[in-house]
Amino acid sequence: MKKLFLGTAALALTAGMALADTVRMGTEGAYAPWNFVNDAGEIDGFERELGDELCKRANLTCEWVKNDWDSIIPNLVSGNYDTIIAGMSITAERDEVIDFTQPYTPPDPSAYVALSADVDLAGGVIAAQATTIQAAFVAEQGWTLVEFATPEETVAAVRNGEADAVLADQSFLDTVVGDGLVMLDRKEALGGGVGMGIRESDGELRGKFDAAIQSMKDDGSLNTLIAKWEVSSQW
Amino acid sequence: MFSYCTDPSALEGLSWLSCYLTTGKHMGFYISFVVVLVLLAITAPVALLFGFAGATAARSRVAPLRWLGKAYTSIVRGVPDIAFFLFFVIALDQGFEWLRHQVKCPDWDAPVRQGNDFIVCDIAKLPLSTSPQWVHETYGFFLAVLTFAIVFGAFAANVLYGGMRAVPRAQLETAEAYGMTHRQTFWRILVPQMWVYALPGLGNLWMVLIKATPLLFLLGVEDIVYWARELGGTKNARFTDYPHGDWRIWYFLFLLVFYLAFTRVSEIVLERLMVRLSHGQATTGGEKLRKGANA
Repeated sequence: MKKLFLGTAALALTAGMALADTVRMGTEGAYAPWNFVNDAGEIDGFERELGDELCKRANLTCEWVKNDWDSIIPNLVSGNYDTIIAGMSITAERDEVIDFTQPYTPPDPSAYVALSADVDLAGGVIAAQATTIQAAFVAEQGWTLVEFATPEETVAAVRNGEADAVLADQSFLDTVVGDGLVMLDRKEALGGGVGMGIRESDGELRGKFDAAIQSMKDDGSLNTLIAKWEVSSQW
Repeated sequence: MFSYCTDPSALEGLSWLSCYLTTGKHMGFYISFVVVLVLLAITAPVALLFGFAGATAARSRVAPLRWLGKAYTSIVRGVPDIAFFLFFVIALDQGFEWLRHQVKCPDWDAPVRQGNDFIVCDIAKLPLSTSPQWVHETYGFFLAVLTFAIVFGAFAANVLYGGMRAVPRAQLETAEAYGMTHRQTFWRILVPQMWVYALPGLGNLWMVLIKATPLLFLLGVEDIVYWARELGGTKNARFTDYPHGDWRIWYFLFLLVFYLAFTRVSEIVLERLMVRLSHGQATTGGEKLRKGANA
C-alpha cells in the first residue's frame, strides 16, 4: 500500500508541473440534450458548449469528467472534481450540502410521458430518476414511485409497462416522445432553475462562474445556446 | 473510421453496421474490455497475496498478529461489497490526501473538514487537479485494484486458512519428527500441500471476482456494463449519426456470452490446475491419479 502511495505521489508530482487554473467539470453524460456522450465518445450537448464558453470567459482551463448521477454530489464535496454541471435544478435541499451559481436556465416545467394520454397518475406507477426533484415530487404526492439510476431506464420502464408514466424535465422528454409514447398536457413547475453546483468552501470559483454566466445573459449568447439545444424557455 | 462512413444515413446493412461498430464511442466499449481484463490480471494475484498474509496472520502464534488476521477477515467479509465500494474508496482517497496534506502543507491553518467539504491544500490533492484526465483515471483504477484486493483478499484468507487446516496433521508431525523448525514445516510441508484443498474455494472466488467488475463504475472507471447500457440506450437522430431504438438487450446479450465464455475458460483452466496439484497428494483426487498411473 505504501509503495502504491509513493508511486502515485511521484506520478502526480511529475504530471502536475504545468501551473494553470484547471477546473474539473463533473457531468452525467446521459441526459440529452443537456449532456450526453456523442458518437466520438466525447461529452457533448448544451452544457458542454455552455461550460466551455464559461471557462473561456472566466479564464479557466476546464477538464470534463463523467460521473454517475447517484454519487455526483459526494464526489464533488470530497474534491474529485470542482463543479457539477449536469442539468441540476437548484433546490433548498441540495443547497444545504453544496452551493449553486446563479441559474443558467430558467425553471422549466416537468412533463409526463405515457403510452396513452388518459393515464391515471394518482392510481398508477410513476417512474423518475433517483434523487431528482421529480422523484421527490412524486413521493410528496403520495403516488407510487419507481426510481431508476439513469434517465434512459425511466423511459424504458414506461415502454415495457413497468411504470404507467415517467416524470422528467420536458426538454429531455421531448427527445423521447413518438413511437407510441405521448406527452400529457399536465405539467409541474418544480425547482428553481438549473445552476452549476460548487463546493460551499469554493466561493471564489463560484464568483467567477457567476460573473461569466451574467455576462452571457447580458450579451444574449446564453439565449442563443438555449435556443440551439432547445433545453428550456428563454431568459 | 472507414472512408465511406462520412454519411451514415445513406448506408445500409453491413456497411452501416461496420461504421456503427467503429465509432469513437464503441472504441471506448472495446477498451473497457481490456481495462476489465487488466484489472482481473492485477487484482487476482494481489488479492491472493492479501489472502495469504491474512491466513498466515490468523494462524500465527503471536496473539496480536492473530487478532489482526481474524479481524481483517471477519470485518471485511461482513460488509456488503457495495457499501465497501461507496464508503471505503472515498475514505481511502481522503486518507491519502490527508497524509500528503500533513507532509506538504504543515502551516495550513484552515480545517480539513468544512461542513460537508473535504479540503486539502492544492499541492496535496491526489492526483493534482491540474494533471491530465488519464492520470485521474489511472489513479481511480489503482484505487479499484486495491479495494478489490482488500475485499477479495479477506475471502481468500478464509479459504487459505481452511486449506492450511485441512493439510493432514500427520504430515506436519512427520516434518517435526525429522527436526524441521516451524518455519521450515510451514514453507516446505504446509504451503505446497494446502493449495489442493484451497483451490475449489479460490476458484469460486475468481468466478465471483469476474462478475464483480461492474462495481468499477462506482469508482469512476468506465466498465463494460456501463458502456453496454450507454451504447444500447435509445439514440435520437438529433444527437447522433446512428439513431436506433432500445438495443440494450443485444448489448447485454453480448456481455452474457462474454461472461459465460470467460467463466467457462476459467473452469477448464482451474480443472487442469486441480489435476496438476493433486499429483502425489494424499487426497482422493491424488489417489485416483496414482491408481490411474499404475493401471
